[in-house]
Amino acid sequence: MPRMRGFPTTRYSIVTASASDNADVRRPAFDALVTAYWKPVFKYVRVKWQASPDEAADLTQAFFLRAFEKDFFGAFDAHQARFRTYLRTCLDGFVANARKAEGRLKRGGHLQIIQLAVDAAERELQRLAPNAIDDVDAYFHREWLRTLFATAIARFREHCAARDRARRFTIFERYDLPEDEECRPTYAELAVALGLAVTDVTNELAAARREFRRLVLNVLREQCASDEEFHAEARAFMRSAP
Amino acid sequence: MISDTALDHLQRIVGEPDFTGTRYEPLSVLGRGGIGTVYLARDSVLDREVAVKVLDSLVGDQALAGHLQQEARILARLEHPGVVPVHDFGRLADGRLFYAMKRVRGQRLDRWAATADPHARLAVFLRMCDAVAFAHAHGVIHRDLKPENVMVGEFGEVLVLDWGIAGFVVGTPCYMAPEQRRSDTTVDERADIHALGAILAGLVDGPKALIAIAAKAQSIEPRDRYQHVLELSADVARFMSGFAVRAHAETVVDRIARLGRRYRVPIGLVLAYLVMRLLLIWTLRV
Repeated sequence: MPRMRGFPTTRYSIVTASASDNADVRRPAFDALVTAYWKPVFKYVRVKWQASPDEAADLTQAFFLRAFEKDFFGAFDAHQARFRTYLRTCLDGFVANARKAEGRLKRGGHLQIIQLAVDAAERELQRLAPNAIDDVDAYFHREWLRTLFATAIARFREHCAARDRARRFTIFERYDLPEDEECRPTYAELAVALGLAVTDVTNELAAARREFRRLVLNVLREQCASDEEFHAEARAFMRSAP
Repeated sequence: MISDTALDHLQRIVGEPDFTGTRYEPLSVLGRGGIGTVYLARDSVLDREVAVKVLDSLVGDQALAGHLQQEARILARLEHPGVVPVHDFGRLADGRLFYAMKRVRGQRLDRWAATADPHARLAVFLRMCDAVAFAHAHGVIHRDLKPENVMVGEFGEVLVLDWGIAGFVVGTPCYMAPEQRRSDTTVDERADIHALGAILAGLVDGPKALIAIAAKAQSIEPRDRYQHVLELSADVARFMSGFAVRAHAETVVDRIARLGRRYRVPIGLVLAYLVMRLLLIWTLRV
């Protein structure tokens, strides 16, 4: 039986840490949470609440600000729902109230939560065909997934750079990250382009995917509040693969 | 930004089990069950196709891991032609548990029955009963018998699948015994007899004796059902041989009709003899 490897061993959760009484623990965890969720939140507010780009940016900033001040996420009970569902429920309530109290919305406030790259997020939204989104819940999930993978890719790039494995990341990037299927090279083409044997390409790719899978699960683990939620998320993840 | 194509691709490669270091090379997905996905794979050592069930969960999920292990052990214990044999059990490089088993070829019972003749359906039902009776004799209750969990092979061989919930209180509503819905009741072999009765009812649309057998097997109270699978199969076998069945009190007309069916060959011969004899007498007189 092959030895189990590459399994996420960390028990660190940005969800639980963001509700910590210790400010030194809470603030970085909350920043990480915002990094993981601001883009799905921004796009969700744009799509579901039909907010303008500026209003969506304000609402996103204000939502996380209020969440930090009022400790929204401290009330999360992992036995009741997934964190993602809980966050979206909080967000819907927040936006509904903000719309009712229009004009009194705390725009940015005294605490800058994070610098939101809303222009880039808006450009991504504009690439969508009109009426392309018929299920906003599924859209939120997909955008969250996109951010999760982006985080894992960034970590994988750093991981490879730190270990002098740039070639491994290059093979992964060229084979697994092209925008369209037509742009995906064959193993042979990749081997010629990189001056390697085809078996080297396939071996490196297999190793890259193993490491990438481990990093994805690590990021997922960090974004879950409990082992149960992590297992449920990971199970759903595996079963929903296209 | 990660494109939709790349996102789907990444989700697939992360979700796919990592068979590196094993003797199995995945070829396609055969199906998804409650806790795992079954892959068609090539066993590179023996150069044959096998089915590999992989847990849709991580190693830390002890409850589901235990579930898959129990399923594999149950299958390994039930060495019977009607139960899929397990070849291997282990852990993949990504930490997921799996077991490899024989690749089952054939049709699901409900699809197969759509084109099979009534006698063949009953013969298959009896083979299914044999497998379940064998499991009961080894202390295993299936708890989720249904046509989707029975495969019929090209040569009429029968395989009962998905023993994954044996030992757990779940099932499929249409085939589930009433006591399985109640958490306060101990479920025993008679729950499977109820499901077999429901399957039999779906396989036949008469005559009355068979309907009565299916109804007795599906009695609401377990004590009113057949108490053992072999009693159920014996009654079906009696019907197939033209004998009276225990589940049905015959009227005189029923008995005559049954005896007529049972002795149709000798009765036909006697009638043919009498007709020829009458013709001969009539010819001689003329």
